[in-house]
Amino acid sequence: MKIVLNLETVNMEQDLINSKTLRIAAIVGSFVCSSAFSGTIDDIKKKGYIQCGVSGQVPGFSSPDSKGVMKGLDADTCRAVAAAVLGDSKKVKFTQLSAQQRFTALQSGEIDILARNTTHTLSRDTALGLNFAPITFYDGQGFMVRKKDGIKSGKELDGAAVCVQQGTTTERNISDYFRKNGMKMKAVIFESRDETLKAYLSKRCDVYTTDASGLASERTKLKDPQNHVILPERISKEPLGPAVRHGDDQWFDAVKFTIYALFAAEEMGITAANIDSDAIQKSTDPNVQKLIGNTVGNGKSLGLTLKEGKKEVSNEKWAYNAIKQVGNYAEIYERNVGPNTPLRLDRGLNALYTNGGLMYAPPIK
Amino acid sequence: MINTVKKWFDDNKNRSLFYQFITILLFIYIGHFFFSNTVTNLEKQKIASGWGFLTKEAGFPIGESVIEYKPADNYGKALSAGFFNTVKVAIIGNFLAVTLGTLIGIARLSRNWLVSRISLCYIESLRNIPLLLQLFFWYTFITDILPIVRNAFKPLPNVFLSNRGLVIPLPKSDPAFELVGWGFFLALILILIFWKMARKHQDKTGRSLPFIKISLCIFIMIPLLGWLIGGAPTAMDIPKQGRFNFSGGYTVSPEFMSLVLGLVLYTAAFIAEVVRAGILSVKKGQTEAAESLGLKPHQVLRLVILPQALRVIVPPLTSQLLNLTKNSSLAVAIGYPDFVSVSNTTLNQTGQAVECIFLIILLYLSTSLLTSIFMNWYNKNIALVER
Amino acid sequence: MEENKEEKSRIKIILKWLKDNLFYNPLSSFITILIIYGIINILIPSYQWLFVDSLLNGDAEACRKVEGACLAFLKEKTRYILLGMYPQDEHWRPVLNVFIYLALLVFSRDRSRWGKKLLGLWFFFGVFSFFLMRGGIFGLEFVETDKWSGLPLTLMLATVAITVSYPLGILLALGRRSKMGVVRLLSIGYIELIRGVPLISILFMSSVMFPLFLPKGIVINKLLRAQVAIIMFISAYMAEVIRGGLQAIPNGQYEASDSLGLNYFQKMRLVILPQALKIVIPPTVNTSISMFKDTSLVMIIALQDMMYTAKGAMSDPHWLGFSVEAYIFMAVLYFCFCFSLGKYSRRLEKELDTGLA
Repeated sequence: MKIVLNLETVNMEQDLINSKTLRIAAIVGSFVCSSAFSGTIDDIKKKGYIQCGVSGQVPGFSSPDSKGVMKGLDADTCRAVAAAVLGDSKKVKFTQLSAQQRFTALQSGEIDILARNTTHTLSRDTALGLNFAPITFYDGQGFMVRKKDGIKSGKELDGAAVCVQQGTTTERNISDYFRKNGMKMKAVIFESRDETLKAYLSKRCDVYTTDASGLASERTKLKDPQNHVILPERISKEPLGPAVRHGDDQWFDAVKFTIYALFAAEEMGITAANIDSDAIQKSTDPNVQKLIGNTVGNGKSLGLTLKEGKKEVSNEKWAYNAIKQVGNYAEIYERNVGPNTPLRLDRGLNALYTNGGLMYAPPIK
Repeated sequence: MINTVKKWFDDNKNRSLFYQFITILLFIYIGHFFFSNTVTNLEKQKIASGWGFLTKEAGFPIGESVIEYKPADNYGKALSAGFFNTVKVAIIGNFLAVTLGTLIGIARLSRNWLVSRISLCYIESLRNIPLLLQLFFWYTFITDILPIVRNAFKPLPNVFLSNRGLVIPLPKSDPAFELVGWGFFLALILILIFWKMARKHQDKTGRSLPFIKISLCIFIMIPLLGWLIGGAPTAMDIPKQGRFNFSGGYTVSPEFMSLVLGLVLYTAAFIAEVVRAGILSVKKGQTEAAESLGLKPHQVLRLVILPQALRVIVPPLTSQLLNLTKNSSLAVAIGYPDFVSVSNTTLNQTGQAVECIFLIILLYLSTSLLTSIFMNWYNKNIALVER
Repeated sequence: MEENKEEKSRIKIILKWLKDNLFYNPLSSFITILIIYGIINILIPSYQWLFVDSLLNGDAEACRKVEGACLAFLKEKTRYILLGMYPQDEHWRPVLNVFIYLALLVFSRDRSRWGKKLLGLWFFFGVFSFFLMRGGIFGLEFVETDKWSGLPLTLMLATVAITVSYPLGILLALGRRSKMGVVRLLSIGYIELIRGVPLISILFMSSVMFPLFLPKGIVINKLLRAQVAIIMFISAYMAEVIRGGLQAIPNGQYEASDSLGLNYFQKMRLVILPQALKIVIPPTVNTSISMFKDTSLVMIIALQDMMYTAKGAMSDPHWLGFSVEAYIFMAVLYFCFCFSLGKYSRRLEKELDTGLA
């Protein structure tokens, strides 16, 4: 709102306040908004919502339903953060971003958090000035081919034409894979996800490659999913997680521990449904009591506050709100990408460490 | 005091100086504002900057390239591969667009009613539809309508047309072809020299030498000689159908085909109008006068009409050629790895938006500037010399 | 008898016309026949594809079985292509907007209506349509700019860009012809810089680079960023068009106004610009047409203009494989707009031609 104010003061000085200039100022103001002077969290509180960057084109991770409501694992991650920081999971606005736009959008402050199935890599963490929150989905790049071609393994793909989307880690992985195996390939690289899939479907390419979850998600979009197979190979590690800007540790911590809280809730058996039950509320486990905020302290350590009446009090119910309103990690997973969804993805690496997966939250105390 | 200032200011020269000074200050201020912001933003968030990335390994594949490129090469090499891809589209596209545009422009003036009407329809419909839409259309058309590899068309022996592109046999690489290349170069220089000679000869004697025939001879014979000296290699690299694609031969990819097709058809519509206006600008009296001098029809065209029409045609034509070159940047939408597309990938891999966009702007700007310098020179050369 | 004669002479005229225009020599006759053959071979199948074999009602399955065009696809998707993500219940707002816009456009066609009043009307419409689209007042539901899409967005991008770039173009053109070295140099620099690079690079700049230019804390909406990028792009072209007009004004006019004692601004505002701008009306319209087409490029930076929504409609999994229909639909839409504008520009050219030597 800074710009508007400036315009107005300038006008006042000139004693020229006519309705026309004011109207222009109002219009400009509605497009331009300022944020992040003190810290992201203060800023979010001031504007009353979290701006969350998503893809919007990946069913299961982020895609609008028929009513325009963003659905998916990435979208729910943002909702959980909103519930934790602002107390209301509905206080999120989603910005749909292309692969190219996502990093600048975060760097420039257009969005507060980027949850756009983004792979955590060293160069992104350093050169792009990002901080990655805990991984919410462990993935690996895979291949989708037409069943008719009778391909059983990625090693048979010598000489194939491969459709890849620009601006992703997949672009490099695929060339690494073919180089490693001494095979040749023809890469056809597109700027948008839709165009890439379309080229594969028109048989311009033999192979469509992206993260395995992405493949599963794209396959649900197809008319004839049974005619396409996803090869068993995973040619890369693709840890996908939300990212925030460098240099705002408080906000980073809040995002990080909201996600850890979701893992911890699953581990302790706390769900959206049972969190208010006596079994949980009156649990004798001190860790549970700490997580749901009956034992105070965590909120204060994170520096989270909420308005109560006119006073800012420390927000001890952050994890409670996130779990209550969005669900624990298992619930989010099952709802969006699990075996009962069109994506039919087993937990695999994404199970808790107690079940042979990688999801592990540090003690939340 | 105020009066002296006012007096000073009343002087036109002083006032102008004052305004210019203000402009410079404003310009510097705005420039500084953006620059310092960018630097602070990049530093604060520890975003990498600088040109160091050019020597890092690129690691991503490029579908087709004029120069040899492997993913193991660095970003600098990748960008130059993209650059040469743009150059390839620009040269081939401009050549075809001028040819087609001229034909349609002439057809537009044809006495045959149908021919002129059809040219008009062509011009009006292609000009009024966004190029991006046309590119998408052609790309869909080529990838959807053409058969898959297994059922490829075979218009000529060893030539295949499928939705993977047009595959043609290519002579196997041989040192002789280097000689051929030098031959072409030599031939061009010889033709240039011969052209100067012919003009001098005409100025002196009034007779013209058979310039076109002789230069055509030079253009064919010298490279041929190079080929013969090199041992006249005839081995061909014949495309073979593999499991997925054709291997060997030379592939004209569907992306390249649709990009060139779209650019050429679109630009030709504009060039046709330019050519038509140029021809119409030559008054009828000129033709009649030339004929009454006893010039033969082809001489009338070559010596009287063309030189005058060209004066009108060339400036707008150049801007069309530049437009085609700039429009080739739409390649990014249909998957042809031109310079913009490769820079875009680089931008995404390295995150260095400022540097990559700067490169794109630099490249196109220098092309435009070079062209306008050349054009100014050419315009001076052909401008009406009043005696 | 009489009638018969008339008929005969009419036939004669037609025959003569045919002979003069189509069959005046063997080569021409051959070409004519070739073209007629070609037209028949293209027109009849197209007609069949579009009208005979096409399917108007039904689902995608039924569409795949017929050989012709799938009009059912367009029937299903037209609403989405034209209005995109704008909330369904509020669709009347963009529709109303587009209709008022078109009515105003038709109304402004007549040159006798041009004047301050019309300008005011357009300004009022601009403000009105902005608030109609955005809502948030008068009990209208608030709709974020993220959801503005389809035809209204395309029209808005083009109209705002052309309107704003016109005065900017005048300033730049005057700057380029200014006697002040610095101003001239900067204007030339700006114009040539912009005209030298493709629009897409400026759009990329606005979408991935510009946010880094601003001080931390100020964020500009991506729609506005793209709009500014297009404005910046068009002003350079407008400036060149207007410069052409300025150059066409004979020196006598400048000298005459100088001798009247007018200062620079009076000279320009009262004498030079009115004449210069009148001369360049047709090329201005032409520039506007090309800019209207160029707004389609914003889809590459993921703004949901008409082209973007059309692409979205094509990639609906239930309706895959009907892209040709969508492309043709889009082509017809763009063509109607551009062609009628072009025709209008030619009419103006004729009208204005008689007024000036």
